[in-house]
Amino acid sequence: MTEKFDVIIVGAGPGGSAAAYSLAKKGFNVLIVERGKYPGAKNVMGGRMYAYALNRLLPEFWKEAPVERMVTREKLTFLCNKSSVTLDFQDENLREPPNSFTILRAKFDQWFANKAVEAGAMLVPNIRVDDLLWKEKKVTGIVSGEDKIKANVVIAADGAVSLMSEKAGLKKFEVKQFALGMKEIIELPEKTIEDRFNLTHGDGAAQLFVGQCTKEIPGGGFIYTNKTSLSVGIVVYIDRLIEKKIDSHEIIREFNDNPVVAKLIEGGKILEYSAHVIPETSQSGLFTDGMLVVGDAGGLVVNSGITLRGMDMAIASGAAAAEAVKKAMEKNDFSKKSLSYYEYLLKNDFVLKDIATFKKAPEFLQNDRLYALYPEVTCRLLHNLTTVDGAKKRAFDELLEVTKGNRTKMIFDLLGGLKAL
Amino acid sequence: MNISIEERLGLVSFEVDKERHIKVDTSLCSECDEKACLYFCPANRFTLEEGKIKHDFEGCIECGSCKFSCPKGVVDFNYPRGGFGVYYKYG
Repeated sequence: MTEKFDVIIVGAGPGGSAAAYSLAKKGFNVLIVERGKYPGAKNVMGGRMYAYALNRLLPEFWKEAPVERMVTREKLTFLCNKSSVTLDFQDENLREPPNSFTILRAKFDQWFANKAVEAGAMLVPNIRVDDLLWKEKKVTGIVSGEDKIKANVVIAADGAVSLMSEKAGLKKFEVKQFALGMKEIIELPEKTIEDRFNLTHGDGAAQLFVGQCTKEIPGGGFIYTNKTSLSVGIVVYIDRLIEKKIDSHEIIREFNDNPVVAKLIEGGKILEYSAHVIPETSQSGLFTDGMLVVGDAGGLVVNSGITLRGMDMAIASGAAAAEAVKKAMEKNDFSKKSLSYYEYLLKNDFVLKDIATFKKAPEFLQNDRLYALYPEVTCRLLHNLTTVDGAKKRAFDELLEVTKGNRTKMIFDLLGGLKAL
Repeated sequence: MNISIEERLGLVSFEVDKERHIKVDTSLCSECDEKACLYFCPANRFTLEEGKIKHDFEGCIECGSCKFSCPKGVVDFNYPRGGFGVYYKYG
């Protein structure tokens, strides 16, 4: 390949495909390279995508995309050793327009990359990019083995561990910025899933777990319902895992055994195990001369504690990157200054706005009390309120009892939480 | 449902490469007190055998954690060559 492209995109995940699709639609000459055998081969996520960003790009995409279930039921469970408390939220408004869908990435990413191909982008799988091509201090293309391929702009869409961003000097990796996600796909009959999660036929549920499941390490568990399987997993901060000397893979194993979880997955068969790091607070430089960074590669994720978002941010940033490239092409100026328009677009869209809104969330969410004290207090309070053993107290007195010795800290946490979330 | 990490990895599809994509200079591992690698790797690819850290690149699911989690910085991380390594069927 000696051809020169307008744009080369590294990685055919949602960020890369959104950029490729948008650019190809605008008539540009786009190459998208993917190191996997097929788009999605290397990609891991919890299992739910918020629909908003993709709906802007491909209106009503769910009518043709391989989505699993539309999420209409949201659950949050506080887990203790022998008890649990679940908040169960159902909302018909989550349907119109659809708020989120559960998906399986291997299927979904192939579909999305194919939309870019249909629009005119050239997709080449089985290509690992080894290096960037430089002319003085400007990125001018990519190197893969013996091949050097040139482009006006390179878009790094190479995921959470973006070696492209690192090579361009836009990213430094630090363990405290990352969480580790581990996941299982557990096969169950469609009807069993709908019965266990109280779902109308075809609808989906998302259930988050806080507390005992992460052994008091900041993080949580999740279950997302697919058509005939569940996505079951755990997310934990890596530095805290190391500090506590806990085997990562043992946490997900024990999660399966928790009585609340065990009931939901009972009789199921594990089809696949996967894991990936998540750039929780690893936001890095998003542009330099001749290059833009989208999605996880740029650390564009938001964790509010309740909504965990990466894919929608990747898609929105991919589309914004395409806009910025279009403008740069018109001016024939691919300098850092010209490409900074990308950041301007993100700041005026939800991507960097939402990241700014929840800037304090990661720090708040690293508070150990959220994973130990609070689930415990909640479970104990409800235990005391619901148990009859001869000496009942009023609810308020029970509250005073279970919070004894921690009330000052709890008030500060409450105020901190209100500010951060 | 409670299956070991080895059994879990048996459920994952791989195109195994003969070329090692992650290189670990284990000469510094004996000085390392933390041995963080024994905990963070979700595929249990780092093991302690007779006091020495061993890294097995086959069965690596490319999560990326060893890129930045080794306190001694002795892990030289790269992805497998194009087309090789893990390929998820569900993801």
